[in-house]
Amino acid sequence: MTRLLLPLAGLVVLAALPGFVSEYGLGLMIGAVTYVTLASAWALFSGYTRYISLATVAFYGTGAYVVAVLNEVLPYPLVLLVAALIGGAMALVVGLSTLRLAGVYFVIFTFGLSELVRQLITWYEVNVTGTLGRYIFLDISARGIYWQMLALAAVTIGLTAWIHRRPLGLALRVVGDDETVAAHSGINLARTKLIAFVLSSVILTLAGAIVSPRWVYVEPSIVFNPTVSFLTVIMALLGGANRLVGPALGAVPLFLTFEWLSANFPDTYSIFMGLLFIGVVFALPEGVLAGVDRLRARKLRAAA
Amino acid sequence: MTDLIVDNARKDFGGLRAVNDVSFTLGSGEIAGLLGPNGSGKTTLINLISGALPPSAGRIALGSVQLSGRRPDLIARAGVARTFQLVRTLPSLTLIENVMITAVFGSSSHWGSAARRVAEEALATVGLADRANAAAADLTYIDQKRLELARAIAAEPKVLLLDEWLAGLNPTELQEGIELIRSLTRSGISILMVEHIMDAVRALCPRVLVMNSGRLIADEATGAALSDPAVIAAYLGEDEDA
Repeated sequence: MTRLLLPLAGLVVLAALPGFVSEYGLGLMIGAVTYVTLASAWALFSGYTRYISLATVAFYGTGAYVVAVLNEVLPYPLVLLVAALIGGAMALVVGLSTLRLAGVYFVIFTFGLSELVRQLITWYEVNVTGTLGRYIFLDISARGIYWQMLALAAVTIGLTAWIHRRPLGLALRVVGDDETVAAHSGINLARTKLIAFVLSSVILTLAGAIVSPRWVYVEPSIVFNPTVSFLTVIMALLGGANRLVGPALGAVPLFLTFEWLSANFPDTYSIFMGLLFIGVVFALPEGVLAGVDRLRARKLRAAA
Repeated sequence: MTDLIVDNARKDFGGLRAVNDVSFTLGSGEIAGLLGPNGSGKTTLINLISGALPPSAGRIALGSVQLSGRRPDLIARAGVARTFQLVRTLPSLTLIENVMITAVFGSSSHWGSAARRVAEEALATVGLADRANAAAADLTYIDQKRLELARAIAAEPKVLLLDEWLAGLNPTELQEGIELIRSLTRSGISILMVEHIMDAVRALCPRVLVMNSGRLIADEATGAALSDPAVIAAYLGEDEDA
């Protein structure tokens, strides 16, 4: 019980926070929790399997676009449901066709996928509907968005913790270490990877759908910004992609850093981002949490 | 009965026929050695049986269950376990988790304490019980080999394929390894073992299969095979000059 008590208390505190911060502060909190969700959902698939996906924004942007298209036609909960279904279906098709790809080919494919989705929607909007941008007028307050995103983040981390204790979690860890051993031990590789990829993608899609009313105006170049995919990867790696709270731990400080950089150095901030990306991969390939563990082990050995 | 039946198994890699219409039957509980010079197709044959590679032609079955043409995970679930020539352990998992996976995902589909118990027994069999919660990344080479065998045992297999499992052991470890394999045959597992250490083959295998250039050139009692002129010629490489 105590294992659950602390996270629940933390969640209550986080849920109560909007009452004590400014509008600007709330905006920052929404951004931070969004990236906590994205990085945690990304790690649910990529952290376990070590298939580095750059398709985050393909799903995130699709979620936002579903809301943009349907927000005046369907009630909001149904819009979310449709977004989740579309994200899941997309992941199923993509997963079936790509999860056989190894290493760098998978990375490149997922990056290409994001571009493909963006170009398809652009083409459709220009040639079929005759517009490029769309408006989202939904009567959802910033607090409402924050609470929804916080709930999604909590569900994501809770789901990851639950899977970790199930055969699926063990199978995913084996796949991440050695697919050959996994297959010869009786693990169905395709099914294992597909389940995790679909779950992860549905959450990414929902995150895009939930945050989209903040933007009011959306167009493909805004919602399918590849930076989102890269940021998600670097956040998860910084915290530790194979730890339960690693991605969340990486997401919050990095998001705040990038907010500050982009506000103060609008022209050069992507240079800092690139440097940080390189730095993380070189210095902490397994994340901060693993680094802390190693340091602690060294101290223990020195003390002994 | 659950005989392992290999019927005209063939594997082509482009123009190279790595396994050339090999046929044999391994009886239930039987142990046989698989010999042959380097590149003769032994590991490829192991890969065909375990499903790592699909055969180009022929049929492989375990009793009435067809193995050839199926995915490796289904073959594993049908009761075929294997070790690898280059040892493969899972470095980010603990020893007990390394071993548990075949108990969880193999034919018996255990979970929770049942899977743990099977894994603990398998670790005890290979002498690693006291390190169950250590990380596999920290193991020495010989302990990695033991761990790999424990993983195969925990699958509770009908057939065990060992690919040079005894290679690289020192004389003491070799004696332990031979005893370990002998104890497995007593529990009724059929074993096909690729092996270059003749002392081990003589000690363990009443029967050997000998391959050369993809073909099965001998399938007979071990003593007879090791004095068979064709087998000796294959090992000394005389046929290459002919």
